[in-house]
Amino acid sequence: MLKYANPTNFLALAGRLIPWLAAATALLLTAGLCLTFFVAPDDYQQGSSVKIMYLHVPSAWLSMMCYVIMTSAALGTIVWRHPLADAAQKAAAPLGAVFTLLCLVTGSLWGKPMWGTWWVWDARLTSVLVLFLIYLGLIGLWQTIEEPAQAARAAAILTLVGVVNIPIIKFSVDWWNTLHQPASVFKLGGPAISGSMLWPLLIMAVAFTLLFLTLHLMAVRNEILRRRLRRLSIDAAHAEEKSEATA
Amino acid sequence: MTRKQKRLTLIGSAVGVLALAVGLILFALRDNVVFFYGPGELVEKHVGAGTRLRIGGLVKTGTLVHLEGKSVKFEVTDGKADVPVTYTGLLPDLFKEGQGVVAEGALDTAGVFKADSILAKHDERYMPREVADALKKQGVWQEGGAAAQPAKNAGAAQ
Repeated sequence: MLKYANPTNFLALAGRLIPWLAAATALLLTAGLCLTFFVAPDDYQQGSSVKIMYLHVPSAWLSMMCYVIMTSAALGTIVWRHPLADAAQKAAAPLGAVFTLLCLVTGSLWGKPMWGTWWVWDARLTSVLVLFLIYLGLIGLWQTIEEPAQAARAAAILTLVGVVNIPIIKFSVDWWNTLHQPASVFKLGGPAISGSMLWPLLIMAVAFTLLFLTLHLMAVRNEILRRRLRRLSIDAAHAEEKSEATA
Repeated sequence: MTRKQKRLTLIGSAVGVLALAVGLILFALRDNVVFFYGPGELVEKHVGAGTRLRIGGLVKTGTLVHLEGKSVKFEVTDGKADVPVTYTGLLPDLFKEGQGVVAEGALDTAGVFKADSILAKHDERYMPREVADALKKQGVWQEGGAAAQPAKNAGAAQ
């Protein structure tokens, strides 16, 4: 396992894994979407609007899972000062932002016909919006600080501060009265969702997870290569300076 | 302790302190964080007439009356107390007796809640129509109530 913490070994491993992960993602995402639109039954109250759930819930799960992965990478940056952790952190932020945005948009589209409003400031919706803003802040931070090691450390601190929001998102519906419904799948006493709707949802969740892993591995690989390029161009510039000085 | 362990301890305690601070803030602000009060809390808190707030609960079965125009009158219940509500305007599709609802407005001097916006609240139960009908036929249906029980039966009914 530790062998792959070496960027060169990681690049080789990622190169081998990415095609398989991408193929599995395509397969499961196709299967999941077919199940969503053609097999999963309409809800007794929501009718066909329930299909939004098959995008909304996996996006919401991934928006949080991505943050947890980013947090472990942030620990890797601060505690072990590992460059691979820096790259993993940086690669995760835009992906997390996209999944969070997808969650907010699909939720809003569902909210209008079901609740009667696009948006309310209840604890669940607000805390997810805060998550989205944290992701945007992290992307901004990465863009602002030019020196990669410095940027990684600053981003890691913001990430670790923001991790407090994750349990707030998860438990907001239990701690406070919210318009958003409580958890349907991961709850005491088993899922409150019918089996015929649960298994397409779980397939979509696995598909989204694989999609995330594929995109994340690709982004980490790009980040490592980008850093090498940066290193090379700096070295080249130094060499040029030296040769000009001696000439 | 190595430097790595020191850093790890520092981060651990910093995040711990931060979590505690945020927890205390949210606990102190809990009246502002809640999206609505239940009728029971409304009675407990002795909220005065004219204070704008949201109340939420179930539309009590048998209390929904359509008045002339687009006006309706119903009671919101949380099992502890019932609050009468009047409202004029369009209602969400999910609005019906036994269904969760959140009303925004204020109490008048007679203790009637004058709502100017009504939102439907959806519960965590998802099931196809046939399963819902089967549950109602078996008599294990709980309107808006404890959700775990019907959901388990729903699995068996598949």
